[in-house]
Amino acid sequence: MDIILNPVAAVGRGVLGACRTVGDVALFALEALSHLFRPPFYGRLFLRAFLEIAYFSLPVVALTAVFTGMVLVLQSYTGFARFNATGAVANLVVLSITRELGPVLAGLMVAGRISASFAAEIGTMRVTDQIDALTTLSTNPMKYLVAPRLLAGALAMPLLVLVADVLGVMGGWLVATVKLGFVSATYLKATADFLQFDDVFSGLVKASVFGFVVALMGTWCGYNSKGGAQGVGGATTTAVVTSSILILALDYVLTEMFFAQ
Amino acid sequence: MSGTLKIRMRGVRKAFGGKQVLDGVDLDCGAARSTVILGGSGSGKSVTIKCIIGLITPDEGVIEIDGVDVLKLPRRDREALGDRIGMLFQNGALFDSLPVWENVCFKLLAQGKITRAQARDRAVEALASVGLAASVGELSPAELSGGMQKRVALARAVAAQPEIIFFDEPTTGLDPIMGAVIDGLIVDCVKRLGATAVSITHDMASARRIGDDAAMIFKGKIVWTGAAATLGHSGNAMVDQFANGEREGPIQMELRK
Repeated sequence: MDIILNPVAAVGRGVLGACRTVGDVALFALEALSHLFRPPFYGRLFLRAFLEIAYFSLPVVALTAVFTGMVLVLQSYTGFARFNATGAVANLVVLSITRELGPVLAGLMVAGRISASFAAEIGTMRVTDQIDALTTLSTNPMKYLVAPRLLAGALAMPLLVLVADVLGVMGGWLVATVKLGFVSATYLKATADFLQFDDVFSGLVKASVFGFVVALMGTWCGYNSKGGAQGVGGATTTAVVTSSILILALDYVLTEMFFAQ
Repeated sequence: MSGTLKIRMRGVRKAFGGKQVLDGVDLDCGAARSTVILGGSGSGKSVTIKCIIGLITPDEGVIEIDGVDVLKLPRRDREALGDRIGMLFQNGALFDSLPVWENVCFKLLAQGKITRAQARDRAVEALASVGLAASVGELSPAELSGGMQKRVALARAVAAQPEIIFFDEPTTGLDPIMGAVIDGLIVDCVKRLGATAVSITHDMASARRIGDDAAMIFKGKIVWTGAAATLGHSGNAMVDQFANGEREGPIQMELRK
């Protein structure tokens, strides 16, 4: 009988554990958000986190966007040429970049950089008693370490994605005009004609949600890390993996919300 | 222990995952006195002071500071207790991302009591009081030796002039001479501020130097209290074995059971 029940019990424990973790993360986020509305406010820490995300992630996000736009034009041109529909390349590129690839790829890149960085920094503070030290120094660690990072994540990502959108489209334009022989003005006109505010807006909303999630998972994993270097390493890995998976899952949910017929 | 009580613990219990770490701790710490808590690794010393500070909430028991049960205080009032407390952590726990001067005056800046310009001046004074040059203030904690980190951590713990200061293994990891220097600085700081000090240590020489009173914790209970000067010849077999570092004795026998 145990042979049958043990796996069932293990599944049950796993489900309960997952539910508990979701609850913990939600409470963690709510507590951190509540600190955004109560003084003192740590403007310098917000600015530092904002720069870390928006400015220092710019090179990797920019390169990702440019190359994605370039590849997208090549691939779609090959496919559309079979149906004599190469005129739709510009439309596909701008739609794909603004709605999906801009926010998702920028989100994944930032997840690798920022959630790992937040988890490692806060995790090291946890295992070296620096978080306890904050409490003894009349400073709430959630307000000091978590709240500014969550706000920075939610506000910085849309800016990054806006840049990624522009660079992605320009990357596509570059390949289309230089390599594939499109007329520059025609390509740009097709892009501008097909560009809609809703597409860009939905991408920026996604970006804000992804930025929040990346910061949340980085801070949560770091804040709850245990043990020494191994614990911090584990927290960093977990932060990157969970934030990446959440970005992909939330992308579907948000797309469903924005564009479901 | 004599005089008025600053800290009073009664029946404090705390378990982690089924392991009873504190099993009814009763402890009194006199006002403006220095109490040293002794005990082996895992005996519950750190958990005891973390319960007093509020970093850990006990499962049951009473912890009073100046006669007020801090466990019954609303969360905001309990957090405000931090304004009256200073702590020197075992590894210093200095903030890597901040220069030394900002570490030292962190609490005063957090409380909004001084400007950043004033904090730099205050940090220089605080560093001088622990024998460090003003130039140290501009360094990052990673650039300091272990002894210097401890001194900076001490300067940070006392910079806001707390009423109660906790010292977690203040001399661990230091050579004997630096350990004696840190002990001397602790005694000076505590006397200068008229503060109540609670220390935990394995270092008997340090315990005798910094302590007025001593308490021994074993398996989550306070098993002895007395004068720190009597450590090693207290008449309590367990305490004397621990203080003298003897292999044979009641603690060993307990471990073998």
